[in-house]
Amino acid sequence: MSSLLTPKAALPPKRKITTEPRLSDKIFRRVVTGGGLSSLLILGLIFIFLLMQGLQTFKSQGIHFLTGSAWNAAVNDANQIDLKNSHFGIAAMLIGTLICAVIAIAVAVPISVFSALFLTFYVPNSLKKIMVAVIDLMAAFPSILFGLWGFFVLEPIGEYWAKLLHKYFGWVPFFKMEAPFFSRSPFIAGLVLAIMIIPIVTSISREIFGQTPLDRIQAAYALGATRFGMIKAVAFPYARSGIVGGAMLGLGRAMGETVAVYTVLNIVYKINWHVLIGAGGNVASMILLKFGEATQGEVKALMAAGLVLFVVTLIVNSLADFIVARSGKSGR
Amino acid sequence: MAEENDKDKEMQTHTTPASLSGIASKAKQHSGNALGVGLEARGIHAWFGEKHVLNNISLDFWAGTVTALIGPSGCGKSTFIRTLNRMHEFIPGAAMAGEVLLDGKDIYAPGTDVTKIRLKVGMVFQKPNPFPSMTIAENVLAGLKLAQLKVENKDDLLQECLERAGLWTEVKDRLNAHGGSLSGGQQQRLCIARSLAVRPEVLLMDEPCSALDPGSTLKVEETIAHLSSSMTIIIVTHNMQQAARVSDYTAFFLSDGGPGEMVELGPTSEIFSRPKDTRTENYVTGRFG
Amino acid sequence: MSVITTTKPAIPKPEKPWRQTPAQRLITLGIFALAGAASYFIVAVTPVKGKLAYVAVFFIAFVTIDYLYARIRQGKSAGADSVFRGFVTMGIFIAVIPIISILYSVISRGYKGLHWSLFTKDMHSTPPTGPIGQGGLLHAIIGTSLLVAVALVISVPIGILTAIYMTEIKGRFSRPIKFLVQAMSGVPSIVAGLFILAAIVYPLTKTFNSFEGSLALGILMIPTIARTSEEVLLLVPQDLRESGVALGGTQWRTVAQIVLPAARGGLVTAMILGIARVAGETAPIVLLTGGGDTKNWNIFHGPMGSLPFYIWKGFAAGTNESITRAWAGILVLLVMVLALFITARFLSDRKKK
Repeated sequence: MSSLLTPKAALPPKRKITTEPRLSDKIFRRVVTGGGLSSLLILGLIFIFLLMQGLQTFKSQGIHFLTGSAWNAAVNDANQIDLKNSHFGIAAMLIGTLICAVIAIAVAVPISVFSALFLTFYVPNSLKKIMVAVIDLMAAFPSILFGLWGFFVLEPIGEYWAKLLHKYFGWVPFFKMEAPFFSRSPFIAGLVLAIMIIPIVTSISREIFGQTPLDRIQAAYALGATRFGMIKAVAFPYARSGIVGGAMLGLGRAMGETVAVYTVLNIVYKINWHVLIGAGGNVASMILLKFGEATQGEVKALMAAGLVLFVVTLIVNSLADFIVARSGKSGR
Repeated sequence: MAEENDKDKEMQTHTTPASLSGIASKAKQHSGNALGVGLEARGIHAWFGEKHVLNNISLDFWAGTVTALIGPSGCGKSTFIRTLNRMHEFIPGAAMAGEVLLDGKDIYAPGTDVTKIRLKVGMVFQKPNPFPSMTIAENVLAGLKLAQLKVENKDDLLQECLERAGLWTEVKDRLNAHGGSLSGGQQQRLCIARSLAVRPEVLLMDEPCSALDPGSTLKVEETIAHLSSSMTIIIVTHNMQQAARVSDYTAFFLSDGGPGEMVELGPTSEIFSRPKDTRTENYVTGRFG
Repeated sequence: MSVITTTKPAIPKPEKPWRQTPAQRLITLGIFALAGAASYFIVAVTPVKGKLAYVAVFFIAFVTIDYLYARIRQGKSAGADSVFRGFVTMGIFIAVIPIISILYSVISRGYKGLHWSLFTKDMHSTPPTGPIGQGGLLHAIIGTSLLVAVALVISVPIGILTAIYMTEIKGRFSRPIKFLVQAMSGVPSIVAGLFILAAIVYPLTKTFNSFEGSLALGILMIPTIARTSEEVLLLVPQDLRESGVALGGTQWRTVAQIVLPAARGGLVTAMILGIARVAGETAPIVLLTGGGDTKNWNIFHGPMGSLPFYIWKGFAAGTNESITRAWAGILVLLVMVLALFITARFLSDRKKK
């Protein structure tokens, strides 16, 4: 008590706690930090090398590379690229990529969230393990499998659905048709991508729903909540940010996918917002399509397109990370 | 001194029967001569998988009284109270036998709407578990929203529940703060307020103070004392002093390695002063457990 | 006392009164039948036609009837609950149907292309129109194994070091690195291929070989391995680390002798998942490996066949025989990937116990 009465003594300066790590730990830390930073190195190298290869195209095309949609490589008499008369523009491809990916997300996210809820809160215990395994297994399917299956199996079914959509919802601007050509449309490519990302988004959502604190779940039930009430009050607020992150991750996957889109999308070098028409764009598929027959000059244009794709997917992924990090604090 | 005065005022607001919407006055008639059964357990057995954990518990809980369930860990007290509002069935492999009568009706009867049972038999858990995404006010009213019940004046109900839980004076200026911003003891009283908002007839408390510091424990015990006149309270506790302080009746549970059984039931004063069973005596005098 | 023990009542049978009773099952079945009848009737009477119409009408009818039943019997919140249950069940059905369809297609189309010499011969003298019994995909299996093995050697050290940095060192770069790994997992596979072209093939080697393909696959594999390893290492209890350091061990020894061994099973799982991630990767393979038709054991020289390339080539050739070969190739690839995946799951399941 007496110490309280005496005037406050000046606080001593905080001691800095330092340790001199042993040599082995120093080496260990260096090596691990080096390994950890390798992802930065790789991403930086990707950017630099693609830029080096693509620079010629960026210079010759300027802003038209991003705003134009024409793609033709002119060749001079010496069989070398004639940059003045060549046109490389990826606007149609970029917009097409976005359209397919957005269709995929719009279809996949609701299905995935419902599936995840089923697998977390509804499935009978005896079935749970096998069903989770089956969905996760699908995440391991190689993309070429989706490409083949999409081409041979889903394409005819998707065409039929597209016709139905056109018949009943033709008044929606996106579903307009100028010519009745329904095959290999952005709609079908979007469906294949949706099926491809359903397991990814489901599995992320399921994991997060599964982490919902049991005491809160019980609290909701003890207050007389139905299962739906509990999900609305407890599970969904808890998992919301994770679901957004999963969806963005799916978006990134869908935008970067090559082979699964290649087989089910007609690449047309013209911007097309009408998703049911069999004409779309996709940067990754276009690169693969053009690569085999490309001259050296055109390959540089493809590198430039690859760089744009790289930057765009990087932005989407960063955004996903940002959203998750920001919203992850509330609701947990 | 100033603090004590505050406490007195708080007590007064709580004992005003008008704010307790009539339930209190009804309970008043019962208290003293302990009439009216709030909840009856008849021959309750419980299993987890093959393991028989609770053997033949029959126990009447009188309206307007506090019944404490005491006993060493693993004697089935918690399992028992979880059978009383059908929370037992959330554990995989759980099974039971016997009947639990609420207002004379078996809550396990086929066709019973379990959500309605849990509205009438509220529960407060060991660890405070407010919903972190909701504000203090939303937490208190969460039960109404969950069960889609309509109330005429939400603000009154909010104040009433927080007052009954002894939390109103502490939070009335920050009802829109998040539930997680409260201290542990406040969170637990928030959870009590949350259970009260749906006007349960019975309140189950599963070691409500075991995660709290002594000061908060005292507050929660005061809250229990206030509430006991208006409802049936069943509290599981490890703390024998607590049982002696808050309860009217005490049941002693024990497991000798097999399923848990109820060894003795009686008025709290008798259980602690002259227990009939030597095992009870050993336990309450601290010789084991 | 003795009287009480002798008259102890017999223990009753355990019951689960919360389970659905037969009567309730019957009612569910009835709602099902009613919805079925409604969909049949509506499709027959109205101009709505087709298989899709049956499914859609059935779903709407089922949810409506179920809602009304719950609403009348138990009230508003039970009604909402039953509608939501309908949607959730629909969701899982829609998610599972493509899986079944894909597996069915692969098996029903792929088995026609199966024969024993598939695993003993390569394609060096078989044209796309050659009969199914000719040729095989031994070269592709060898190629894929080499590609993946080399990619694994490249990516495992980097991936695990990254994970150790994030969980053990927790330095100031932890958050940025987590972010970068996340960003790297979004690198499109074709970009990884283009990068190796730009950084190695055009300026240095001027020729395609399997090592270049492995480099691209390695880039795609690192984030999978790093993230899975990070999760696994985070599961190692903190006490274990503290006890290691408290015993006077250096951090290096604690990590090497306590943390990593404790997470061993999980790290193997991380590797397997990494392999499964890239084994079927097609785009960079098509860009980089040259895609040979003969067996090639040299990763630094000559075109290398692989399963994805074999499938790709069969699909692109477009003849009946080549497409059947492609499906058979998919079947083999799928069996390999699924075997890896199931092994990983088995390992991680066993660890949980």
